[in-house]
Amino acid sequence: MIFYLLRRLAGAVVLLLIVTMAVFAIFFLIPRLGGATSDQLAARYVGKSPTPAAIEQVKHSLGLDKSVPVQYGRFVKGIVAGKDYDTGVRKVHCAPPCLGFSFRNNLEVWPRLQDRIPVTLSLAAGAAVIWLLAGVSIGVISALKRGSLWDRFSMGFALAGVSLPPFFTGLVALALFSYQWPIFKGVHYVPFLDNPASWAWNLVLPWLTLAFLYAALYARLTRAGMLETMSEDYIRTARAKGLRERDVIVKHGLRAALTPILTIFGMDVGLLLGGAILTEQVYSLNGVGKFAVEAIGQQDLPEVLGVTMIAAIFVILANLVVDLLYAVVDPRVRT
Amino acid sequence: MPRLLPRRKRDTAAELPKLAPAGPPPEPENFLEVRDLTVHFPTDDGLVRSVDGVNFALQRGRTLGIVGESGSGKSVTSLAVMGLHGGTSARIGGEIWLDGKELVRSTAEEVRLMRGRRMAMIFQDPMSSMHPFYTVGHQIIEAYQVHNEVSAKQARAHAIDLLGRVGIPRPDRRVDDYPHQFSGGMRQRAMIAMALSCDPELLIADEPTTALDVTVQAQILDLIRDLQAEFNSAVVMITHDLGVVAELADDVLVMYAGRAVEHGPARTLFEQPRHPYTWGLLGSLTRLDRARQERLMPIKGSPPSLISLPSGCAFRTRCPYADRNDGREKTEVPQLLEIEPGHRTACHLDPGERERIWTEDIRPRL
Repeated sequence: MIFYLLRRLAGAVVLLLIVTMAVFAIFFLIPRLGGATSDQLAARYVGKSPTPAAIEQVKHSLGLDKSVPVQYGRFVKGIVAGKDYDTGVRKVHCAPPCLGFSFRNNLEVWPRLQDRIPVTLSLAAGAAVIWLLAGVSIGVISALKRGSLWDRFSMGFALAGVSLPPFFTGLVALALFSYQWPIFKGVHYVPFLDNPASWAWNLVLPWLTLAFLYAALYARLTRAGMLETMSEDYIRTARAKGLRERDVIVKHGLRAALTPILTIFGMDVGLLLGGAILTEQVYSLNGVGKFAVEAIGQQDLPEVLGVTMIAAIFVILANLVVDLLYAVVDPRVRT
Repeated sequence: MPRLLPRRKRDTAAELPKLAPAGPPPEPENFLEVRDLTVHFPTDDGLVRSVDGVNFALQRGRTLGIVGESGSGKSVTSLAVMGLHGGTSARIGGEIWLDGKELVRSTAEEVRLMRGRRMAMIFQDPMSSMHPFYTVGHQIIEAYQVHNEVSAKQARAHAIDLLGRVGIPRPDRRVDDYPHQFSGGMRQRAMIAMALSCDPELLIADEPTTALDVTVQAQILDLIRDLQAEFNSAVVMITHDLGVVAELADDVLVMYAGRAVEHGPARTLFEQPRHPYTWGLLGSLTRLDRARQERLMPIKGSPPSLISLPSGCAFRTRCPYADRNDGREKTEVPQLLEIEPGHRTACHLDPGERERIWTEDIRPRL
């Protein structure tokens, strides 16, 4: 068990290193291969008016004039230990974890990103709870009443869920419940600690919009998983013992069917923490996803880089958590 | 055991054939009595008659062996007795009497309360028949606690006691192991412990040794026999292995294509079998004392499809003597008739003729 945990932890660290390499390669190596000079590369990081002096400053600041290994070393060191930037106007110390400095906004990336994370976290966590509960219950009932009206209806609902993107369902929800019947008026993010009730009330529509998409997917997954496990031999054994049908379904069937769903759930939540782009955009929630969209729109490469790193780290963390949970859920994994 | 057929449309009550009222209860000494049992599965390709009119009776302390090839209906019969066809499309007819109570006409809840407590089942594959996520002890405790109001501590002590009784060393430790930490033979012992948790009076073993090593097979059979002696329970042993039957059974029911073809005391069936299919099963047995040059005498062909059985006698397409009946074999289903007290066969051939074939033709070659 300990060995398994250590192995997984080591794996996560290695993966994290690989991610920094990949991100570094995408942002600093591939443009070079495409023929960009260090001046051209530096120009992309400077603000709106790239004067030769500013470019020179940025080039020096990012270490673009050094060799590739040195650049990578500085890049990683910046994340771990922080780094100093010289914008030409002022000297800035970017504290760790330093994900870069936006010359365009004249600000460090991480503090700005840090403000966005609670928004995305609130959105993703609430939606995840809703879609897991709804998706799994719908899937279980569908599997048990296979071929029934309920099954056909809910699988039709599932098809709609996976087919309709949040920028459609979100806008419809806004049109109906914010304008037509103003139940949720002026949706905006309220920090949880300021006012939990208002936090939740404002997030209801975004949660439902996001959860609709995933609930549909999870209903289908759960249905397929339940149909499979309920025909397993150990289900027949459980019935042969005289267990109540409810226990047979929940304790023996669902327990086994949920395990693979847990894996996908971890991945999905991890991905979402890197930004629920469409939902945040529709409801103007200033989360990580909206941050990414804005950064890309402004071609602010340090910010894009920062978001990419954060998103990758969330996926790795989520996977680590899933691996650990797996050890709790499935005894065969432990040995 | 044949996988249950995929579920189609759920039967509404109106579609189900009305069950005729049950007949009179059986003699009290017959702990289990099955009368004219039918298990049919409607499928898109037609009606599958997995079991089509099977009768047998079993007393406490006695063992009935049900023998036949895969798909002959032996497992489906046992699952029907256990009431484990619920949730499938199975249509069950006839009567199943357990200790004076008729089960086919009982509610699902009534049958559930008897399952595990008064009748229990051991399955073929102990690997897939235990839940991989729960400890062996938990699975035994669960079986015990459904039917008994006991504390967790008492239930655990009972589970350890049972594991010890079925011959698992250090049961106080192994009780917390998961099924994948047990060997095949140990898992089957644990399955037996689970089945015995509530001292059932009827134990159905569905090919309990098929998935096990030969050396372990004998141990498991000994264990079942010992436990039967201890609890005086009735045992139904389902197998395709006549060796197992010879070892354990008092009576034997030979099934073919969902019907009984021969039924009688085990001794009679081995010494004076009177059905060509039983001869075929005996001819397929390997024996150490047989000379190497002599070949086995397998039954030709393979079991027929249960959807489109041959007309008349279902075995006629594989029977070497089918042409001796003036065509009756194609038009008439042979009835299970008593040829001597307690010994029944379903065959159109004249019993005298069959006796002659057996003594002159078959027995010398076995």
